[in-house]
Amino acid sequence: MQNINLIFTELYLFSGICILLMLGVYVKNSFNKIYNLSILLLIGIIFVIYKNGLEKSGIFLDSFISDPLSNFVKILIAVSSIIILFTSKQFILDNKISKFEYPIIILLAILGMFFTISSNDIILFYLGLELQSLSLYVLASIDRDNLKSSESGIKYFVLSALSSGLLLYGCSLLYGFTGSTNFELIKNELTVENIGAIFAMVFILVGLSFKVSAVPFHMWTPDVYEGSPTSITNFFAVVPKVVGLAVIIRFMDVPFENILSDWQTIIIFISVASMILGAVAAIRQTNIKRLMAYSSIGHIGYILAGVATGTTYGYSSSLLYMTIYVIMNIGAFSCIYLMRKDGVYTEKISDLSGLSKKRPLLAVSFLIIFFSLAGIPPLGGFFAKFYVFLSVVESKMYILAIVGLMTTVISAFYYLKVVKIIYFDEAKTTFDELKNFPTNSTIFISCLILISFFLYPSVLNNVIFNLLG
Amino acid sequence: MIEIGLGHYLTLGAIIFFLGVIGIFLNRKNVIVILMSVELILLAVNINLISFSIFTGDILGQIFTMLILTVAAAEAAIGLAIIVIFYRNKGSIRVEDIHEMRG
Repeated sequence: MQNINLIFTELYLFSGICILLMLGVYVKNSFNKIYNLSILLLIGIIFVIYKNGLEKSGIFLDSFISDPLSNFVKILIAVSSIIILFTSKQFILDNKISKFEYPIIILLAILGMFFTISSNDIILFYLGLELQSLSLYVLASIDRDNLKSSESGIKYFVLSALSSGLLLYGCSLLYGFTGSTNFELIKNELTVENIGAIFAMVFILVGLSFKVSAVPFHMWTPDVYEGSPTSITNFFAVVPKVVGLAVIIRFMDVPFENILSDWQTIIIFISVASMILGAVAAIRQTNIKRLMAYSSIGHIGYILAGVATGTTYGYSSSLLYMTIYVIMNIGAFSCIYLMRKDGVYTEKISDLSGLSKKRPLLAVSFLIIFFSLAGIPPLGGFFAKFYVFLSVVESKMYILAIVGLMTTVISAFYYLKVVKIIYFDEAKTTFDELKNFPTNSTIFISCLILISFFLYPSVLNNVIFNLLG
Repeated sequence: MIEIGLGHYLTLGAIIFFLGVIGIFLNRKNVIVILMSVELILLAVNINLISFSIFTGDILGQIFTMLILTVAAAEAAIGLAIIVIFYRNKGSIRVEDIHEMRG
């Protein structure tokens, strides 16, 4: 007897989306209602997933599975989406992108992500990924009267469609050379002698590394981050990366387990390249969103370093890094939401100069979050890097550790440059006094987590290090 | 007479696939051409899947093809919509004109 409860999360989310869509069409000026209902829907999802339990089981000919990894990642996605929706409301209203479709498209993207993470079959995996990407194209260009936003939409569409095509070509080769679409069956068929399947692996890896914006497939990241509205950039910087990492781990863990050594070489190259580019290219940026884009490329490099070890410990440390990265990014973007002068949101780093004199609390939050991004102890970002490098050294991949430590030092330069501008430069601009409770409280909570992580690291560690068993 | 086998179909698929990829990178004129190239890539995958499906006697490949056709249609619709809003803001869809953000 198959247990339909496994897919209940997705059914619940899907019916919720349909109802919200109907409400949005028939109720006039429904943005506020739909927005709040979407947040409620996502809060409900956390409880539904929580009830799912931890045992691994699959339905629909094992094409859809529910296991600890997928449940953890789903909860991470739901929580971070709730916080992003919560913090970005003021920004959305101020920028007049308050259409009721906005939260619904985000929910559709989340539905696609849930299917991607839970899939145990190439077909379901591809369809989930496409549902996610199609929603993200629309989100990138949601500010449709803005030239930058529509341009970022076009860039994201072209490059993402290309990467989906490459990934799909890989999937077709994988199906042809192993004769099956189920991950478990593929794993049994796949051996090092199967040259066609190795080709397929390369194509699939290209598509996946595009989704997490790893070098050399990062070209879209700075432009899309800069062009799309900040609330969407926040979503892009956090949620699709979590999904990309979870899917890479799933692919390494199940279908490609037998050809690990081939797959490792490529990941090591991608990881080293991302770490170096993320550290070097960010130095001369003047736009804070572009800076965050290069910073996220660098962080993906560190995360992939943990994945490259090919051990359970490495995967877990990457997941831990990803969780802390999510917290840091949500905090950083919440600070960016507060950069508003005379009713216009600004993105220039130079506008931050002398912030410490006028808004000491915001300046301290920037300081904590950017120190944590740079990996300075005893903040959370340091421990994230610490566990990844520990797993890398344990697997005797010294090159990765050396490059990682060197790029950490280089990237500290541009994080500290921002802090220097905030604390030691002449005050030029005054930001508006925003009474934005959700944003302020999010900044407070993320700073609190980053500072106090070293007191009880086991809270998060125990959860994550038991996921992959 | 040559016997047409799996290899021939796969070669055809590979050629169409690389035409699509090259079309995206070499095209300097029009965004619509990029849309056509993306479509070409997806169709190359379909040729691959159908020939694999026929030669291994497994029906899954053909089902996958149907689903890819649907996704391709959705992707084209969204792509065209994005091109339309870009045209309304910029007044042009030449690839050289997509350069608002650099560096």
